[in-house]
Amino acid sequence: MGEFKVHRVRFFDYMPSAIRTMAFNSQTERLAVARADGAVEIFNFNDNFFQEKVIPGQDGRAIEALCWVGHRLFSAGLNGEITEYDLENLRPQYTVDAYGGPIWTISSNSQGTQLAVGCEDGTVKIFAILEERIQFQRNLNRHKGRIISLCWHPSSAQIAAGMTDMITIYDAETGQATRRLLVDRAMGASKNKEVVVWSVGYLSDHTIISGDSAGKVQIWNGLTGTLVRTYLVTKWDVLVLSVSKDESSVIAGTSEGTVIQFQFISSTLDQHDKEWVRTRTFRNHSHDVSALAHTDTAVVSGGMDTQLVVRPLLDKVEKNTQESALRKIAFPHRSLVGCAKKAGLLLFQFPDRLELWKLGESEGHGEQHTHTHTLGEDHICCSALSACGGWLAYSTVSSVRLYRIHVMISVSSSLQVPKLPKELRSVHQLCFSSDSSKLFASSCQSSVIVVAVSQQECRYLHTLKHKTVSTMLYRLHLLCASDDGKWLATANTDCEIHIYNLHKMKLHCMVPVYNSCPTTIAIHPVTNNLISVHADQQIFEFSLVQKEYTQWSRRLQTQGLLSLWLERDTPITHITFNPKNPDHIILHDTYMFCIIDQSLPFPELNAVLWNQMTLKNLPVSQRIGQSHAFKICKIFQHLMCVSLLEDLSLVVVERPLLDIMSQLPAPVRQKKFAT
Amino acid sequence: MAALYEGYTLCGLVPDQNLSSSGIQGIEEERDRDHVVVTDSTRSVTLYKVSDQKPLGSWTVKQGQKLTCPAVFNSQTNEYVAVTDNKVIRIWKEDDILLDKAFKATVSSDVWKVHCTHGGEPVVLFQRGAVRLLDSLLAAPQQPIEEVLAQEETIRSMSLEKFYDDLILELYFSHFLYLQRLNPNSVQRYRLEREEPGLSPLSFSAIYKDKHICLLYLYPNGHMYQSVLSVRGLGTEEGVQALPLPRSLLLGLPVGDGQLEAASAMALDEAHVAVVGVPHPSAGGGKDFLCIWNTNFQTLQAGKEMAGKIYGQLWSYSNKVFIPHGKTLSIIPFECPKSSLASALGKLKHTKTEESKTPNSVPSWNNILHGEKAQPSKTAETRRTVSWRSVFANCEFIIVHTLIQKEVEGFLTRSEFQDLQPSVGQLALTLVSRSLADPAFYSSSTLAQLVHTRCLCHSVCPDLVLLALEKKDYFLCQLCLQFFPDIPEAVTCACLKAFISMPDVDAEKVSLEPNSVTFMENLITRDRAEAGLQNGFSPTSSVVNDRQTRAEDKKKASAPSQLICPVGLHKAVLINEILQTPYSDTFLLPHLKDLSSQNVMLFLQYLQFLYLKYSQDAFPQMEGFRSPSLSQIMDWVCLLLDAHFTVLVMTPEAKGLLLNLHSFVKSQVRLVSELGKIEGSLQQLHKMKAKESIGQYSIEIIELF
Repeated sequence: MGEFKVHRVRFFDYMPSAIRTMAFNSQTERLAVARADGAVEIFNFNDNFFQEKVIPGQDGRAIEALCWVGHRLFSAGLNGEITEYDLENLRPQYTVDAYGGPIWTISSNSQGTQLAVGCEDGTVKIFAILEERIQFQRNLNRHKGRIISLCWHPSSAQIAAGMTDMITIYDAETGQATRRLLVDRAMGASKNKEVVVWSVGYLSDHTIISGDSAGKVQIWNGLTGTLVRTYLVTKWDVLVLSVSKDESSVIAGTSEGTVIQFQFISSTLDQHDKEWVRTRTFRNHSHDVSALAHTDTAVVSGGMDTQLVVRPLLDKVEKNTQESALRKIAFPHRSLVGCAKKAGLLLFQFPDRLELWKLGESEGHGEQHTHTHTLGEDHICCSALSACGGWLAYSTVSSVRLYRIHVMISVSSSLQVPKLPKELRSVHQLCFSSDSSKLFASSCQSSVIVVAVSQQECRYLHTLKHKTVSTMLYRLHLLCASDDGKWLATANTDCEIHIYNLHKMKLHCMVPVYNSCPTTIAIHPVTNNLISVHADQQIFEFSLVQKEYTQWSRRLQTQGLLSLWLERDTPITHITFNPKNPDHIILHDTYMFCIIDQSLPFPELNAVLWNQMTLKNLPVSQRIGQSHAFKICKIFQHLMCVSLLEDLSLVVVERPLLDIMSQLPAPVRQKKFAT
Repeated sequence: MAALYEGYTLCGLVPDQNLSSSGIQGIEEERDRDHVVVTDSTRSVTLYKVSDQKPLGSWTVKQGQKLTCPAVFNSQTNEYVAVTDNKVIRIWKEDDILLDKAFKATVSSDVWKVHCTHGGEPVVLFQRGAVRLLDSLLAAPQQPIEEVLAQEETIRSMSLEKFYDDLILELYFSHFLYLQRLNPNSVQRYRLEREEPGLSPLSFSAIYKDKHICLLYLYPNGHMYQSVLSVRGLGTEEGVQALPLPRSLLLGLPVGDGQLEAASAMALDEAHVAVVGVPHPSAGGGKDFLCIWNTNFQTLQAGKEMAGKIYGQLWSYSNKVFIPHGKTLSIIPFECPKSSLASALGKLKHTKTEESKTPNSVPSWNNILHGEKAQPSKTAETRRTVSWRSVFANCEFIIVHTLIQKEVEGFLTRSEFQDLQPSVGQLALTLVSRSLADPAFYSSSTLAQLVHTRCLCHSVCPDLVLLALEKKDYFLCQLCLQFFPDIPEAVTCACLKAFISMPDVDAEKVSLEPNSVTFMENLITRDRAEAGLQNGFSPTSSVVNDRQTRAEDKKKASAPSQLICPVGLHKAVLINEILQTPYSDTFLLPHLKDLSSQNVMLFLQYLQFLYLKYSQDAFPQMEGFRSPSLSQIMDWVCLLLDAHFTVLVMTPEAKGLLLNLHSFVKSQVRLVSELGKIEGSLQQLHKMKAKESIGQYSIEIIELF
C-alpha cells in the first residue's frame, strides 16, 4: 500500500466539560447529559449509545438538574431559571424565572403534570406543566435553608426535600411539612460542619433514601420518620443517588469516584423480609461522580473526569457479549476539526472560540494563524472551513457568521462578511462546496439553504426541501457535497439520507432507510458513490447514478463484517478519499484509522482483522495473498480527525486522554501501596 | 417415630411340653376392631373382646376331633367357619352353643386353610393348591379338587386381599410364590431368588399399595427382602413358567450368633415393619424382642423385650400387635406415624410431648453416666431399659448422620453447579439451625463437605462459623475462614480468641487441612535445618539492613531458642488462617481490644516469629502453599499494637518484643519509602520518554501494508 507522510498534530487543546447531571428517559431510551458549560447532550441507548443531539451551552448557564417529562426535557440551574428545550432545533425553547434564587434541583411527579423546583431561598415551588409552557402554581411552606434535592413520592402526594442537616417531607396537596428527618453530622473534627443532603430518593413503600456530605447513605422509614439503616460509604460526599425503575436497587455516586450499589434483598437465604444491603462497588472514575442513571441493565455514571461510563450489570445482561462490555464515552460523536485540503489549514472548534492553524511544510511546527472569538454568550454549535481555505463559517444557536480569510506566509487576516442573507439565522450544520462557491446550511425543518459566496457579495440562492410523509421533521446532522458540485447528501437523526441534485436544485433520491443512525457520510469524488457509516458500525456504498447499493456494498453485506469491527465502541466520525487511488476510503474512529481498499477481498470471518504486523514480517511476495481490504493503523490514538491533504499527506489530530486527565483538578483520594 | 406402648395380656397359653409351639393356631379379627377370634392348636375357638381382655364365648370340638385351621368370621353372614380333621368344614353362629350341632360338610380333599377378608367371602384353600369360594364349595361338597402344586411343594403361608372386585390370593412356598386370581381364575408362578443354600424364608407378609403387592420376606440369616409385584399384568401372563421375582434387600437385621429360628416379620405400613424373634442390636444375643424398624431409613424405631419364649408368631390388627410369648398372649398397642427424617431422628414436636408422658423413654447421656449413683433406688430392670434405649438412640444418630451424608453426597453429584448455590445455602442453613436446636444433631463432615463446594458464604448462613467454634470443630472453622469471603470482623476475632487460648495439647488432636499443615511444618523444620547452614549469613540483609536488627538477628542465630515457634503446629496453622482472612481495620480494631494481654503477647510473639522466618528464608509462600503474606503479617502487627499499645508499654515482659517490632516496622517504612523513590524515578523516566517521542507537532512517515 505504501508510505504516508503524516502530520501528527497534538496542539488541539480540546477539553471536554465536566458532566454535571444526567437524566434517563426509559420510554425512549434516551439519556440527557448536562455538562458544566451548559451544554446538553442526548444519547440514544437503543442505537449503540450514539450521541445524536448536542444543544450548545451558553456562558452563565450552569445546569444543576435535568428532568424528562415524557418527551420534553427541562433543566434548571443556578441562574434561577427553568428552561425547556426544543429537541428538534436544539436550542432552549423558553425560560421561566422561578424567582427563588439559584435552583438546585428539579423533579416532576409521576403523572408528568407538575414540576417541583428547590430554590436557594428555601422554597419548593410547584409549576404546572401545560402543553406549550409551564406555569407557576404555588409555593410549599418555606423553610430556612436551601433546598438541595427533591423527590416525589410515586403517588404524587408527598415530596421529600433534602436540605442542610435534615430532610423534610411535604404534603404536596396542602404544602405543609409533615415530617422532618434530622440527619447526623459527620463524626470527629467536622462535627460542627453542617451536613448537606445532596440527594434523596422516595420509594413507593415510603422508604426514603438519602445521600449526604458526611459520606452516608441512609435508609429512612418515611411513614414513621425513623432511621432504618446507615451505610457509611466514603469519607467524602455522597453526591448523587439513582433508584432503579423496579425500586429493587439504588446506586450512589461518591466524591472518590466510586459508584456503590445497594439492593433490596434478603440478607440471608431463608429470610423473606428484605432489607437494603450494600452489594457492589464500581470504580470507573478518578474524580467526583456527580451524575448517575440506573437503567434496567446498566449503571450510567459521569462526573468531573468528563467521561460517560456505561457499566452493564452482569446479572442483567448476557455475559461475554458486546452488551456486557464496559463503555467509556470520552469524545463527542461528531467531528470538531475542519480541514482545508488544498491550503493545509486546520480549524478547531471549541465551545467559545475557533482556532485556525496552518500545517508546517517540513519537519517543524505548525503555525497558529487566527483566533476567532465569538461575540455574545452563545456557544458555537457548528463550523466549516472551505477546501481552498478562503472561507470560514460558524454558527451559534441564534446567528451565523462568515469570514473571508487571507493567509500569507506569516500573517493572516480575517474579514467578517457584513451582510448575510436573512435566511441564514439558525443552522445546525454548515458545509462548503468543493470549489468554495457555495455554502450549504441545514436549517430548521429538514431544509438546506444554499448561499452563493463570492468576493463581492453573499447571495441567497435556494432552499432545498423534500416532501415528507411524516409530520415530524428531523434535524439534519450531516451534510456532504460532491467534488463535482452536482450532488448534496444530507442525513437526519431519523436515519434518513437524502440526495439532492444541485444542478436541478431538487431532490434526486432517498437512500433506503437503515435502522441505525448514520454517523458520517461522504460522496466519492470519482465514482460519485455515497459511503455511509452507521452507529452500529455497518458500512454502505450507494450509487447515486444508479440509485442502488453497489456490488461492493452488497458483497460486504452478504459476507458480513468481522465481529472485531462491529464490537468497536466509538463511531466512525469522518471519511476521506484518496484522490490518486479511487479504491481507497479512509475512515477513523477514536482509536484507529482504517484505509479500506475496495480492490482487495474482504477478510474471511476467522481472519485477523489487525494484520499489519503479520504483513510487515512477511516477504513482499506473500503479502498479497495475506492482505485484505481493511488496513487498520492503531499507532495514533484518541483521534479527533484523520484527513488526507491534496499532496497525499495524512493529517492526524490526536488528543491524548492523559493530557485531558492532567488538566483535571487533583482527585480527592489516591491509593498508594495499599495504604 | 413409631412407638410400642405398654402391653397387656389377653389370655394365658398352654404351650407344648417342649415349648416348640405356642398353642395358638391363629387369631382373626371378628366383627369389629375390638373383637378377635383365637383358635388354639387343639380343640377350642374363643371370642375375645380386646379392650376388656375377657372372653365372650368359646366353642370346643369333641374329644378326638381336631381343629386343623384357624376359625374365621364371615361378616357377611355373621357366621364362623372352621375346619376339623382337614376335611370337615364347620359353620356356626354366635348363638350356637355346641359345635357338634352346627352345620358341617365334608369335602373330598384336605383343606389347608380358610381365609376371609374383612367384609369378603371366605375362600377355601386346599393343601394341593386349589382354591374354591366357600359358597361354591358348599353347593357341591364332594366336587373333585384339582392339584395345582407340584409334588414336592407344600404351602408355607398365604394371604388374600380384595383388589377391586378381584380376589387375589398369594401362596408362598420355600422357593416359589403363586399369585392366584379368582374370578376369573388365573395363576402366576414366581421363583424366589435363592438365598444361601438351604435357607428358605421364615415368614411372609404383604401389603398393597397403588395396585402393587409389596411383599416382605424374612430369611433366617436376618435378611429381609422386598419384592414389588404388579397386579395389573397378572391376568395376561398366564403360564406355568416360573418368572423370576426381583427383590431388593430392605433390612439386614442383626442375627446374633447362629441363625434365626422362630422369627417373623410383618409389614405394619409402607415404612414400618414389626419383627419378632430377632435380637435387639444393642442388647446382646437374646432374641426375645419385638422391634419396629423403619425400612425407609433403616432405623430401629422401637423395641420391647418380651418375657418368656417367643414362638415367632405375630398378628396385627388395628394398631395392636398380638404376640404369644412364654405362657401368655400379649397385646401391644403401637403407633407408626408417617415416617419422615424428622421423626426418624426424633425431632418432631409432638413426639416430645409423648415422651413426656412416658418419662423414661430417652434420657440424656449425663443421666446415664452420672445419674446412676444419684438414683440407686431405681430397679435394675428400668435401668437396663434406660441404658439400652439411649444406646439405641445414639446408634440411631449415627445411622442418621451417615444417611444425611449419603444424601448430601448424592445431591452434590447430581446438581448442576449453577443452581447449586441457592440449594447448598438452603441445605446448610437448615442443618445449622437444626444443630443449634439440637446439639446432638451436629454433623461436621457433612457441613465440611458443603463448605468445600465453595458455594457458601458467611452471609448465607451466619451461624455456621460460631456453631463450629462452639463445637470446637476447628477443621470446619479453618475451611470457613478459607472459603468464606465475607466473615465479619467480630467473628474473625472470636475465632482468633478461641484459637489463641486453646491449649496446645488440644490443638494437636485436631485434624486440619493437610496443605496448610505441611506449609507450617516446613517453616518450622527449615528453621532447625537451616539454623546451622546459615552460618550467621543473612540473605535478606538488604531488606532489613537496620544495624540494630542485624545485630539482633545474629544474636538470635546464636541463641536458637529465640526462633522456636511460640505456639504449637496446629495452633499456628489456625492462626495463619486468621491472618489471611480479609478484614477492614476500622471494624476489627474494637474487637481486637477484647483480647487479654497474655493472648496479645503470644500472638505478637508468633507474628514476630513469622516475620523473622519470612525475612530470613527466601519467601516460603512462593511454594504454592496457602500462606500469609509478609504484608499481612505486618498489618496484623500494626493492628495489634494499635489496639493494645498502652497495655503493652506497661507490661515489662513486652519490652523486648516491642523493641523488635519497632525495628521491623522501621525496616518496612524504609522499604516503602525506597519503593516511593523508585516509583518517582520510574515516573520521571516515563515522562522523559513521552517528551522525547511526541511533541505538539511532528511529521512522521508510516508504512501500511
